[in-house]
Amino acid sequence: MSVEVRLPTVLRPHAAGQTVVEAEGATIGEVLESLVRSYPGMSGQVLTDDGSLHRFVNVYVNDDDVRYLDQLQTKVQPGDTVSILPAVAGG
Amino acid sequence: MIEASPSTVAGIISHCLGGFPDEACGLIAGDARTGRVARWYPTRNVAASAKLYEVDPGDHLRADRDAQAAGFEIIGVFHSHTHTPAYPSPTDVAQAPDPSWHYVLVSLRDVGPTLRSYRIVSGKILEEPVVVTVG
Repeated sequence: MSVEVRLPTVLRPHAAGQTVVEAEGATIGEVLESLVRSYPGMSGQVLTDDGSLHRFVNVYVNDDDVRYLDQLQTKVQPGDTVSILPAVAGG
Repeated sequence: MIEASPSTVAGIISHCLGGFPDEACGLIAGDARTGRVARWYPTRNVAASAKLYEVDPGDHLRADRDAQAAGFEIIGVFHSHTHTPAYPSPTDVAQAPDPSWHYVLVSLRDVGPTLRSYRIVSGKILEEPVVVTVG
């Protein structure tokens, strides 16, 4: 199943400058793995080496942050939009 | 360089003063090529701290969508330093997510707030001009 993934500016160079790409999967984890397979330059920027969500990104299904849903197990439906944004923080 | 209207600069400083004694934060949107700031978004600081900030992820998503719908991009972030100069802290540098972004700092240390802007690229801090334009 294919969903639309919106990329932040920092990841777009790894996808030939595209703002929106397609990725496959029934869960957020599968979608992000599919994204990294298609665009290996994103490896290590979205998922950590042990396969968990990188703390420097926030991932949303439509309007909801997946950290407040089922994290990487969050299910996606056809037509959902997945958005990735940088986690913006400092001191 | 960033270019902003007087009302944008005043709004950003006002939001920072309103967040005192905690750090306040928000996002700026505009044209990534020119650095012209078309609009700014106050965001909640979920760290709720005088020493740290973390842009509320929901506020960030809403700002990003609003900017995109208006034909702009989020091009940077601003936040206040309550007791230190308007210069990126080591934490700011370590957590800077995007080398193409503008990092705007507002210091509330002195009686008069100061606003400055930087690029943070591969751990290096580069100050850039802030041009205030009318119209």
